[in-house]
Amino acid sequence: MDRLRRTMMFVPGSNAAMLRDCTLYGADSIMFDLEDAVSLKEKDSARMLVYSALKSFDYGDVEKVVRINALDAGGDQDVRAMVLAGIDVIRLPKTETSQDIRDVDAVITHTEREHDIPLGRTRMMAAVESAAGVLNSREIAHASPRMMAIALGAEDYVTSQKTYRSPDGSELFFARNFILHAAREAGIAAIDTVFSDIDDEEGLIRETKAIKQLGFDGKSVINPRQIPVIDSIFAPTRKQITKAMGIVAGLKEAEERGSGVVAVNGQMVDKPVVERARYTLALAKAAGMKVES
Amino acid sequence: MNITHPASAGSLESSDIIVTLKPARQGIRIDLESSVKEQFGAQIEKLISQTLEELGIDAAEVQAQDQGALDCTIKARTLVAAYRAADREDYDWEGINSWIG
Repeated sequence: MDRLRRTMMFVPGSNAAMLRDCTLYGADSIMFDLEDAVSLKEKDSARMLVYSALKSFDYGDVEKVVRINALDAGGDQDVRAMVLAGIDVIRLPKTETSQDIRDVDAVITHTEREHDIPLGRTRMMAAVESAAGVLNSREIAHASPRMMAIALGAEDYVTSQKTYRSPDGSELFFARNFILHAAREAGIAAIDTVFSDIDDEEGLIRETKAIKQLGFDGKSVINPRQIPVIDSIFAPTRKQITKAMGIVAGLKEAEERGSGVVAVNGQMVDKPVVERARYTLALAKAAGMKVES
Repeated sequence: MNITHPASAGSLESSDIIVTLKPARQGIRIDLESSVKEQFGAQIEKLISQTLEELGIDAAEVQAQDQGALDCTIKARTLVAAYRAADREDYDWEGINSWIG
């Protein structure tokens, strides 16, 4: 686990005030949008505005992601500008094949190489938004060592499936599970789609509980009001924290003994359980809960 | 870079600025509207002038409607207005990256 990604907040690249204020709401990742949130005639100005903001503002520890346009629709310039500005992650929309990832990777690599930026510093994530994208997500997830996450873009996906979003989310069941498996196989994060109705908090809670139970790392967010709701669902219970603390203490003890075997209350604990315990404690700390070390 | 026709960039949203550039025979002339002109007018005009200078523009008539934009926004909007007014789409990112920040 390299970091928490409970919430990835969309910020329109053309909105100067939001570019300045976006870190105030506590999102784990900020996704500057140069694609759908920007009209065709403002692509150049949004690109420059985000570039200039990245060069000027201190965004602290928040993960900085940018959603680029397709390479043949200005994405090439998006990548060059954002890599130069020091973006953490390039998010490719409407990813259909592993070649889409390799093509963007080539532009990133070229830019890093030309400017003596450490090769591989800029990471990538893919949004899959169609049947082809979902079915190819295994190859997409493995397409580049830069890949750190795969996300579901549900609005386009359900349209391509000739259906629509429903409260129970049954139309996304296959896509969510498939993408999640692809991500886990590749060892990268899985980010769920946005919940579009910002006034339906009950619906957001229901959907977030469901995707957390499936195993997603977090959700894309279109409004800051959704962040505390999602964070509260990802916060562990006191019982989970106590258990995780016991496991991490067991690990520490084993390390002190020079033993590779972790035991808690006489029971052997496997490595994935230790990893899970660390993740639980990271979630607890991020939620402001008390964690004794 | 030469300004060949009028062009603008920006918006009237809060924290933004609209910068409009028009061709001129010589010199940079800036007409600034801003609610904070008294405190920050000189700084805003300086940023616009410096940005144009970096682009090699020495003649332009500038109209700027400021809504409380920060420095990075002023520079970004001036740059894009200049590229548009010069009919240039091939941004020199490497050059820009060497002085902006």
